[in-house]
Formats: sequence, C-alpha cells, structure tokens
Amino acid sequence: MNEKAIICKDLTKRFGDFVAVDNISFDVSSGEIFGFLGANGAGKTTAMRMLCGLSYPTSGEAAVAGFNVFTQQESIKKNIGYMSQKFSLYESLTVRENIRFYGGIYGLTNQELKEKGDELIAKLNMGNESKKMVGDLPLGWKQKLAFSVAIIHQPKIVFLDEPTGGVDPVTRRQFWDLIYDAADSGITIFVTTHYMDEAEYCNRISIMVDGRIDALDTPANLKKKYSAETMDEVFYALARGAKRTAD
Amino acid sequence: MKQFMVFVRKEFYHVFRDRRTLLILFGLPVMQILLFGYALTTEIKNAKIIVIDNAKDVNSEQLIAKIRASTYFSIVEGDDMGAAFRKGEIRCAVVFPPGFGNDLLHGNTAQIQIVADASDPNTAKTLTNYLTAIINDYQQSIQPMVTIPYQIQPVLRMLYNPALNGSMNFVPGVIALVLMIICTTLTSVSIVREKENGTMEILLVSPFNPTYVVLAKAVPYLVLSLLDFIIILLLSVFLLDMPVRGSLVLLFMESTLFIISCLSLGLLISSVARSQQIAMLMSMMGMMLPTILFTGFIFPLENMPLPLQLISNLIPSRWFYFIVKAVMLKGLGFGAVWKQTLILAGMTIVLLTISIKTFKTRLS
Amino acid sequence: MRTLKFLLEKEFKQIFRDKGLLPVIFIMPLIQLLIMPLAANFDIKNINLAIVDHDYSPYSKQLVAKIASSGYFRIVSYNYSFPSAVHEEIESEKADLILEFPDKFEERLIKEGMQPVYIAADAINGTKAGLGSNYLNTIIADFNSEIRLKLLSQQKLNTGIELRSSNWFNPHMNYQLYMVPGILVLLVTMVCGFIASLNIVKEKEVGTIEQINVTPVKKWEFILGKLIPFWMIGMIDFTLGLLIGRLVYGIIPVGNLFLLYAFLAVYLVALLGFGLLISTYSDTQLQAMFVAFFFIMIFMLMSGLFISVDNMPSWAKVIARMTPVTYFIDVMRMIVLKGSRFSDISLSLLKVAGFAVVLNGWAILNYRKTA
Repeated sequence: MNEKAIICKDLTKRFGDFVAVDNISFDVSSGEIFGFLGANGAGKTTAMRMLCGLSYPTSGEAAVAGFNVFTQQESIKKNIGYMSQKFSLYESLTVRENIRFYGGIYGLTNQELKEKGDELIAKLNMGNESKKMVGDLPLGWKQKLAFSVAIIHQPKIVFLDEPTGGVDPVTRRQFWDLIYDAADSGITIFVTTHYMDEAEYCNRISIMVDGRIDALDTPANLKKKYSAETMDEVFYALARGAKRTAD
Repeated sequence: MKQFMVFVRKEFYHVFRDRRTLLILFGLPVMQILLFGYALTTEIKNAKIIVIDNAKDVNSEQLIAKIRASTYFSIVEGDDMGAAFRKGEIRCAVVFPPGFGNDLLHGNTAQIQIVADASDPNTAKTLTNYLTAIINDYQQSIQPMVTIPYQIQPVLRMLYNPALNGSMNFVPGVIALVLMIICTTLTSVSIVREKENGTMEILLVSPFNPTYVVLAKAVPYLVLSLLDFIIILLLSVFLLDMPVRGSLVLLFMESTLFIISCLSLGLLISSVARSQQIAMLMSMMGMMLPTILFTGFIFPLENMPLPLQLISNLIPSRWFYFIVKAVMLKGLGFGAVWKQTLILAGMTIVLLTISIKTFKTRLS
Repeated sequence: MRTLKFLLEKEFKQIFRDKGLLPVIFIMPLIQLLIMPLAANFDIKNINLAIVDHDYSPYSKQLVAKIASSGYFRIVSYNYSFPSAVHEEIESEKADLILEFPDKFEERLIKEGMQPVYIAADAINGTKAGLGSNYLNTIIADFNSEIRLKLLSQQKLNTGIELRSSNWFNPHMNYQLYMVPGILVLLVTMVCGFIASLNIVKEKEVGTIEQINVTPVKKWEFILGKLIPFWMIGMIDFTLGLLIGRLVYGIIPVGNLFLLYAFLAVYLVALLGFGLLISTYSDTQLQAMFVAFFFIMIFMLMSGLFISVDNMPSWAKVIARMTPVTYFIDVMRMIVLKGSRFSDISLSLLKVAGFAVVLNGWAILNYRKTA
C-alpha cells in the first residue's frame, strides 16, 4: 500500500484569468479508493482531466502511475481507465461490440477479448442483452457496463467522474459492489461524487472548494474534525464558504 | 410588446455570437457577389490555341498575326496537336494546308482547318465562331475593291445590358439564393435547436401566445434577410455597376414578400424536422438544390425536359427572380410583374397556413 | 495495426446502422446524377424568337422558314407590324430575341443592293443573347449567299477561303457528355465532404471522443480509422456513378480506367483530410455543416464545373487552383472524354497528392488528444 498511484503537487489550471484548479496537492496510494468531492464548479472535473492526460496543467507537478502528466500522457493512458460524466460508449454498437472495441484498442488478444467479454457479461447479468444496442439499455445498466469497460484492460488506476449521477439507489449499491471488486483486484479507484453516503464508502476523501482542496482525510477523521454526525454536515460546513456559484 | 422585444433580442444574440452562422449570413453573400461579379464569366479571353502553318506564306502569316492580335486567343507554341489536346493545353487548333496563299490568290478555294476541343461544347462553338469571324474579316480586307451585291446587314441591339455584363444575370439569382438560405435554413435550424435543447418547452409554457413565440423567432431573420438584401444591392450597384432602373420601393416590397414566403417554408420544415441535422438536410437538399437548379439563373429553364419545367413552377425563387430582373434591370413597374407577385403571394399564404396549422397540431 | 482493425470494425458498423445516413450516401447522389444533367444543360437551344415582318415578302418568309428549321430557335410570334405587344414579349421573357424586317425589304434589297434587318436581344443573360444573335447572323449570312447566288445566276464569285471545322472528342456536341463526369465528381465531393466533416464532431458532441482520448490510441490510427471507411464509400459511389453514366448517358471512358481510379484514390484522401480538418475545428455538427457548406459552395462555383476556369481573372484562377476539386474535374473530363494518359495528368496528380499530405497532416496535428 505504500506505493503511490498518484502524486500531485501544486497542480494548477488557469483558463485566462480564471483559476479552475488552484495549487492542489495530494497523494493517492495504490489500491486505495479515493473520493474526490466538491460542489458543482469546484474544479473536480478539470483536475481529473489533467490527471488523465486530457488537458495540460498550467503549472505544478503530478505523476500518475509513475508517469509525468506534462510529458508522458500517452504512457499514462496505457495504465488508466476513465469513465466520464457523459455516457460515452457507442450507442449504435451492441454490448458485446463495445466490449470488443474498447478491449481491442487497449491491445487485448482475441482470446482475452472472448474470455473477458463472457466473464463481464456473466458478472453484469447481461446474457440476454449482449446483442442489444447499448443505446436501448436503461441508464443504470449503461453505467455499470461503462465502468466494466473502463477497467477491461486491468488498469492500475481508474478515474470515475460522477459515475452514479441519475441512478437509482439499488443500482448505486450494485455499482459500488463493482467498485469494491475492482479495488480488491488491485485497481486504484479515483472517484468524484455528489452523494455523501457514497463518500463514506471511500478510504479517504478530499473536498474541493473554489479550486482548492480544503480537507483531506478518512471519512471518520473528517467527521471528528468538524464534529459532525454525517459527511453531509462536513461537506456543508466547508462548501458554505464557497464563493463560486455552480456552473 | 416589451416581452416580444425581449425574445427578438435574444434571437439576435444567438446569431451574432456564433462565427459560423455569421459566415453563412454575411460571408456567403459577399463571396458569391464577388465571385459572380468578377470571377465567373462565360466571356472568353486568351483561349489557348495552336496554329500549324504548313503554308508559311504571306497570307497565312497575315492571318496568324490577325488571330494573335485578337484578345480572344493566345497562340501557344508546339506542333503536336493531339498531345496538346490531351494535356488540356489548348482549346482549339488552326491548320493551314501547304499552298494556302497560292490558292487564295489564284481564285481557288483555299482551305483552313479548325479543330476544336468539343469536350466542352459551348466553348468549342464560341471559339469556332470567333475564328470564323476573324477569317471572314481578313478575306474581306484582301478584296477591298469588290462591293458585295445584295447585302443583308443585321443591325444588332443588346437591350438592357449593352456591355453584356455577366453579373446582370447572376445578381438577381444570388439575391434569391441568399434569401432562401437565410430564411429557410437558419430559421428552421434555430427553431429545431430550441426544440432539441428543450428551451422551446419553456417558452411555450410561459404565459405567452405560442404564435408570438414563433413570430419572435421569425422577425429577426426577416430583419437579417432585409439587411443582406441591402448589402447585396449596395455591393452590386457600387462594385459591379449594376443599375437599379425601377422603383426601389417596389423592389423592397417584393423582396419582403419573398422573404415571408421563405420564412414560412422554414417554419414548415422546423415543425416537421426532429433534429437540427434533419432540418439542415431538408433545407439544403430539399430547398437549396432546387433553388439553384430551377430558378433559371445558372441553367436555362427552357432547355429542361417538360416535367422539370413544371416542377420549376413550384419554386418561389423562380418567380422572385423574374420580378427582380423586371424591376431592377428592366425598370418595369408593378404592371409588368403583377402576375408573378400574385403567384408568390398565393404561395406565401398557402405555406404560411400549412406551417401554422402543423405548428398548432404539434403544440396541442 | 491491430488497433486500426478495431477502429475500422466499429466505424463500418456505425455507418451501416445509421438509417439516416445510408440514403444520403448511396441513394441521394445517384438520384441527383439522374436529374442534374437534365437540368444543368447549357446547350443553347430553343431560343425564343419574336418576328416582326413589315414586308411579308417571299424573301422574308423564306428567311423565317430557314431560321425555324435551324433547330436553334422557337418562333413564339410572327407579326406583320410592330405592335407594342412585341416589346412586352421581351419584358415578360416570352421572347429572348426580336427580328424585324423593314418595310419593302425585298424590293429595296434588289433595287438598292443593301438592306438592314434589326435584331434586338434581351441581354440580361449575356451568353444567350450573344449566342442567339450569333446563330441568327450565321443563318442570315447563309441565306444572303444563297439569294446572291440565285440573283447573280451563273456569274462566278470569288470563292475565297473555305473553312472546315471539326469537333474532336465530342463530335455531336453532346452537352451531357461534358456535364455528367463533372457532376459525378461534385456529388462524390459533396457526400464525402459532408460525412467526413460531420463525423469527428459527432463523437465530440456525443462525448465518445473523450473515451477514445484516454485510451492509448495513436492519433494517426484514429484519423486513419475515420478515413478508410469514407474512402471506400467514395470509391463505391464513384463506381455506381460511372455505371449510371454508362447505362443512362452512354458515356464510356475513352482513357484508362485504372488511371482514373488511381487519381480518385489520391483525390479522396485529400478531400477527406479537408473534411476531417473542418471536423477538428468545430464543436458542434451544425458548425461543421455551416463551414462545409460554405466551402462546398466555393468549390462548386470555382471548380470549372459550370463555368470554365480559363476565363477567370488571374486572382480567381489562384483560388481555383487552391481547391483540389478543380483538378479532379479537369482530369476526369480529360481521361473520360479525351483519353489522356498518365504523362498528361501527372502534374495534377502530384498537386492533389500535395493537398492530401498537407490537409491530413494538418488534421492530425490539429486533433489533440490532450488539450
């Protein structure tokens, strides 16, 4: 657990005068489930996009899976999985075809594609749906599928950007079961969320306010520190001071 | 009324914030006027020809000098006619047989062979005509003493456009085309965008007559179309030396009528189309192409097969094109265009009725 | 290379499942190829002629009959006097030209040896007025020498220069032979240009491009994965078009088909590069469509499809040479109609290859996986 999956030091992103991410620093250990919290517009997605190699940082340093975010984005991409806020599997491909496509471009062999595909469909109970177009599936199923596809190549780290937005509580529960399974298999989880009950599932959480990280600890310690009963109260205590309004 | 203006202003913001929309709105008409005015001309200048002179005598050289002096032709060097045609280097070739001058002076028939690249038939015809004229001219000049008896002399008058300025034909067409694009494409797309984004729903649940909502969407495009019309008119008068011979007021009224008919078409498309793409494809493929084909400003209508000619009667721009030519270039009054105006007005009423009806049924 | 295989597999599946796209790709261009050449006919025939004959003599009637039988004119009215109605015929565009015989035309021609006839043309359409009056002049001159011969009976005239003209490559002056190959190029250009410019931007709008961007897919692989399917569509469309050209219009390419396809292959790469470039610069499909439309409009007008590049002023020729379409329309006509060979078109091929390299290179550079 001592190996660091993500090291982030004074990472900053400016868009003109606007400082979206303001000198954030944190580490994430291998195998950890790291919750990345913050109000809308606090800068979570921007920070995550920099770590995934989708966006150049303005200043600071960061290494993901041991690779530099300024110079080695393509190496980072080989070692991570990503699930964006927007559903981003191909709606006009079937479940099976999406698995095959994403597995294929991550370099899985035909044998692996077949095995992984079967395994994944069995795990998600999608035997009857495997030939359906993804666009025809209900949202919860799509999200679970997107997550499974994001880790199909057994990455070191997976980034999840509000993966459970708009999903019912039962499916959310099932989704977190998938996350735990992935974490057990050694994948580091980096997840943003709005749901404070989900924050409790994380090993450690950080809370972003106006582009800065105002708190970072285990849920239990945070509750103690802010003498709060629930994470909701912790979050509220911090977010109240925010100057930025939601985007 | 105040709320109405709020809607209208919102629409203007949309238009002026997107560079690509501006490109279509102002870039396209300006570009088309400039291209049609300056670049696209059927007038032939410096057509490349090859002269193969097997005679090499005084007469052939005089004639070659005459061809060289004309602005229509520029003579290129070379003797392999076939290769030059295949490379596309020449449009035409003139061949003098041996003994050309001798034949000419001794009263025999002196032959000249003209070979034209007829893969482009119109150019081939025109070039052959020009060459014939030059040669006939030369022939007359070497027999100046003989007055030809029984001469019929055609006296030609080019009406409305003595200088044969090509833009005359195109500018009215471009006006029709541009107004069609703005009114149909931009209007339909902008309404469908609101449908797609769900903002239309919000507008419709506001305590506001739905007809007003639709009107508020249409008014800005009416204004923009008139603005475009003025720009095109100014450009063509000041840059292309086009005359406005008839009544400007009449021209404006007729244009407004045409714009309203296009706007109704746009509304109709927007009430039928489900997505911006479909609206766009419908107005492009369904409206633009027929406008280009069937207005008559690029392709002469009378050459088309009868079914296509009948179809062209259904295209509003066809009638508008006639009106613009009559009022702007021929200086005619309402008396000359009342029939076309009536047809256009009839079309507008029909289109407007249908589109309002479909809109209402969609809403309820 | 294996990655490319997966990208292609996905792309093809998406194209063939898009029920809206398929007709646009395969049916629409073919229908247009059936209609456009019928409409896009510049062959000036059926010029409407109004005749005012103050003379109504055998000569004037003979000349009118000659004009009517020439095939170029349609006589819309024949009046014995000059009523104001004739003017109206030009105003209302019922007539393009008016031919007027003066009073005592025949009598004076014989007595005075010279007589005018008056032609008035609606010159707003300059081409038509020019060609129409030209035809008319030729017919009148012909008629003139006929009656002269008769009047002078056996008297020998100096025969002078005899002109023989021949029309190569298209002896029957069939206008469709000229237009169909050009229109086919335009249609292939429109279809491939539009779908290529819309494609990447669609992935941007839907959000799938983000998912691609976090994968280790290389940029050139991604672009190539887009390019190859559209390239094949272009090839198929073109082949279908050639077949229609052969079956419907009886056009059999004179030149080497292999050479034609080789040029097409390079041209399509250039064109698709352009479409993808637009795509990488746009955020929404609508923006891409507007920009593509703007450029296709320029291509259509400047490529020499309707109006020859030769007649353009030099600045406009520069623009025409900056558009790859110009070269292909030119080469297409050269190979199909004139049977031009490789050495005749090699320069154009080289230039289009240059466009292909620059446009695709630019598209790859401008597509950023990391913003």
